[in-house]
Amino acid sequence: MPTSKSEPSGGRRGRCYDLAVIGAGPAGLAAADAAAGLGLRVALVDAGSRPGGQYYRHPAPELGAARPEKLHHGWAAFARLRARLAARPLVDHLPGHHVWAAEAGVPGDEERPWRLHATRGPGAGDRATVLARAVLLATGAHERHLPFPGWTLPGVVTAGGAQAVLKSSLALPGRRIVVAGSGPLLLAAASSLVSAGAEVPAIVEATSYLGYARGLPVLAGNPGKLAEGAAHGARLLRHGVRLRRSSAVVEAHGTDRVTAVTVARLDARWKPVPGSERRIACDALAIGHGLVPQIELATELGAATVTGPDGAVALAVDAEQRTSVPGLWAAGETCGVGGADLALAEGVLAAHAVAGRPAPARERAVRRRRRAFAALMAAAHAPGPDWTGWVTDDTDVCRCEEVPAGEVRAAVAELGAGDARTVKLLTRAGMGWCQGRMCGPAVACLSGGGAGRPDGRPLSCPVPLAQLADPGPESGPA
Amino acid sequence: MDPLDLVGAEPGPARTILFDGRAVSALPGQTLAAALWADGVLAWRTTRRGGRPRGAFCGIGQCFDCLATVNGRPNQRLCLLPAEHGDTVTTQEGHGRADLEV
Amino acid sequence: MLKRTPYDVVVVGAGVVGAACAYYAARSGLKVAVVDRGPVAGGTTGAGEGNLLVSDKEPGPELDLALLSTRLWRELAEEFGARVEYEPKGGLVVATRPAGTDLLHGLAAQQRAVGVEALPVAADELRTLEPHLAEGLPGGYLYPQDAQVQPALAAAHLLRASGADRYLGEAVTGLLRGPGGSVTGVVTGRRELAAPAVVNAAGTWGGELAALAGVRLPVLPRRGFVLVTEPLPRIVRHKVYAADYVADVASGSADLQSSAVVEGTPAGPVLIGASRERVGFDRTLDPGVLHRLAAQAAALFPVLRTVQVQRAYRGFRPYLPDHLPAIGPDARVPGLHHACGHEGAGIGLAPATGLLVSRRLLGEEPELDLAPFRPERFEGAERLEDAEGES
Repeated sequence: MPTSKSEPSGGRRGRCYDLAVIGAGPAGLAAADAAAGLGLRVALVDAGSRPGGQYYRHPAPELGAARPEKLHHGWAAFARLRARLAARPLVDHLPGHHVWAAEAGVPGDEERPWRLHATRGPGAGDRATVLARAVLLATGAHERHLPFPGWTLPGVVTAGGAQAVLKSSLALPGRRIVVAGSGPLLLAAASSLVSAGAEVPAIVEATSYLGYARGLPVLAGNPGKLAEGAAHGARLLRHGVRLRRSSAVVEAHGTDRVTAVTVARLDARWKPVPGSERRIACDALAIGHGLVPQIELATELGAATVTGPDGAVALAVDAEQRTSVPGLWAAGETCGVGGADLALAEGVLAAHAVAGRPAPARERAVRRRRRAFAALMAAAHAPGPDWTGWVTDDTDVCRCEEVPAGEVRAAVAELGAGDARTVKLLTRAGMGWCQGRMCGPAVACLSGGGAGRPDGRPLSCPVPLAQLADPGPESGPA
Repeated sequence: MDPLDLVGAEPGPARTILFDGRAVSALPGQTLAAALWADGVLAWRTTRRGGRPRGAFCGIGQCFDCLATVNGRPNQRLCLLPAEHGDTVTTQEGHGRADLEV
Repeated sequence: MLKRTPYDVVVVGAGVVGAACAYYAARSGLKVAVVDRGPVAGGTTGAGEGNLLVSDKEPGPELDLALLSTRLWRELAEEFGARVEYEPKGGLVVATRPAGTDLLHGLAAQQRAVGVEALPVAADELRTLEPHLAEGLPGGYLYPQDAQVQPALAAAHLLRASGADRYLGEAVTGLLRGPGGSVTGVVTGRRELAAPAVVNAAGTWGGELAALAGVRLPVLPRRGFVLVTEPLPRIVRHKVYAADYVADVASGSADLQSSAVVEGTPAGPVLIGASRERVGFDRTLDPGVLHRLAAQAAALFPVLRTVQVQRAYRGFRPYLPDHLPAIGPDARVPGLHHACGHEGAGIGLAPATGLLVSRRLLGEEPELDLAPFRPERFEGAERLEDAEGES
């Protein structure tokens, strides 16, 4: 797998890849490997500097980590996949490519392939356009966040972010880290943090976990998931980490950085129980409320979506991982958050579909089991309707534009906004640098309109204006 | 136990970056954000409206909270940039483009 | 039986034009309902830049409308001011080549004759007005009457101030009809809203509403993209655009034509807009369009080459074949009034449109002759839009 760091001048204008995979996490890696194994010429286009995505994020080579597997569940699978890909000359790895738009091609028309427009850095010449006959969207997910007073203080970080920085750079945001929110990522993050020497005084989980009891047959069909959970649980127990269920951090304290949090018990609707508050001292707080699929490149093209049991919007795909847009496939979290094993399986299935080969039975079975588990998990961790009760009017909901909840509520109550898009237009919530990735779900809830269909987004990430002004060369395989 | 012990890391010699004029040590391969965390620094930006301190939040380049001025170039995501010897990181105030004021 | 609520007028459309109609009608003492299939500012308004321009208009009915609106926006600004981000910042039209200055002189002379303020700006004065403007431009004109509002806020605050009952998220599925085919209200999925007058302020969907009344109003969409930069200090003080823009607005060509209008905003980002394409409601991104916008903006303000484009958005402008809106009662259907088809100028022209519509609702003499805006003017000009090359 040649890695092309420089100008993709090795590529020849006018020719195109059989498949461009966007994202080099589990789904993208598995898809690129399988597709190349089936004889397709593949571009593996990734924003990251090293393959692996968020799940297989690992220390930079310069850090000389002898035992990277210590921070990873499933490291062996990644190591195998990486080694196989490295030996595949049909795959061009294009790291550091942030794709800002996917321009749909016309299937069957060699003159009109897909064009992936990417930025590779700040310079005027850092633009790249990758040509391909088909595209697989394997862009994964990002975390969902529910704001609370004090969540913008330095030292309040995302659970996934704390884990990511630990995995790639071997650094921690503090020494005494409360982990809070909802979802299985909290256990994984806390487990990593304590192994790396941090103290975790509490994991604060908003659900009761009783939601899983409704899905016993599904759990029985996914023993690997139980084992993974048990491994985290055992490690946490060993370190004396307390799991507080049906509880939430309702406020973070501090002036210039977080120094403590207030934890309250929640009722079934996630309303804090008065009088149940207790304060826990800490120097960092890692938060997250599960993951939401990152699909704006596809929704911009009008791809059909489905809404999961937790309100998260994912791409609708058929049995062959095909989206509703001709020539566009999707695999992994983009089709609904379900974890790495599911992503690996769907990547393989998508590759076979693109190559016109029948779907392998093993991956089909994994997909069936894991999709059932994903639905159970999403339902179990769906935010309760009353979480907005802990959001005071002066709490900034939109971190980028510093829009407090009171302004969002006024836009709804006084100006007639009833959905996230109108709230955005009237308050700027979601209009900043991150384009609503951090506040989107929260704003949707506060505006009473639900997540709804995502807005089209002609640019999926910021692009230096100079790169828009000067179109760069187009490239295909060498 | 610390993160380096956990994975048996044996990094090469540390690099030195300058944060607001102060020398901060960074391991090779670490991002600027991670190097600052390891040094106990959590904030390197103030917001446009409230002037509030911010640092890394999502850690993976999506939230843009970790923006700072690096080697004179504003609005750089420290969670994405590997620390290079001699990098100068300056706490960014607001939009970081005061140089364009007219 | 659906619940029936009586009003004096039902306005269909909660964009800025509908909101202005509601505002002036209610201020005249009428009981008003506003109904929209989406939220407030959910259509073209929410995708607009907020241009209140006289500078881009040649003398004629649209300029008359714009001049009236300019006066009305100043009045409204006293009521709403900062809440709608009203900025009377003026427009700066620059020539990009020496021949362009002649074009500007000619246009400005005509505009001044009908009351537009237009001040010539010599080449060496341009950068006093706009310090970041490219060097070497041959000259331009300053139009102090050009201004800006934030369109969604303008619509929301006008609508709120109107006190009209809002029925948002309810699509109009039919019209109530009275004797002689007159329109006597609207039907939504949830209710009937009865009124002796219905105002069609449905923007790009105005033609469909007219069709419900059995008449033809050939409203067509014209797509536009706007680029939004990262937040910046005020590096652009006016609305600045190249002289070519004037020709673009009046053009009937189906080809892509874009001229960057560059402007700062109170929130920080610089807006760069807008392209003009006639491609129906096709939402497909054409990177070539973004390229032209970026390149033209950078040609005007080279400093923009150092900034990031944070996002882009698109909208569809509702236009009629002669590029004038339809305003006033429809002679073909008693009770039906129109206020749509303002193309890219709806934010600017909204107050005048609202005022004129309310005058006619009350049977009063309007401030302007409405003849050029007669909704039925396309009768007998079948498929005029086709003749202009719409593909």
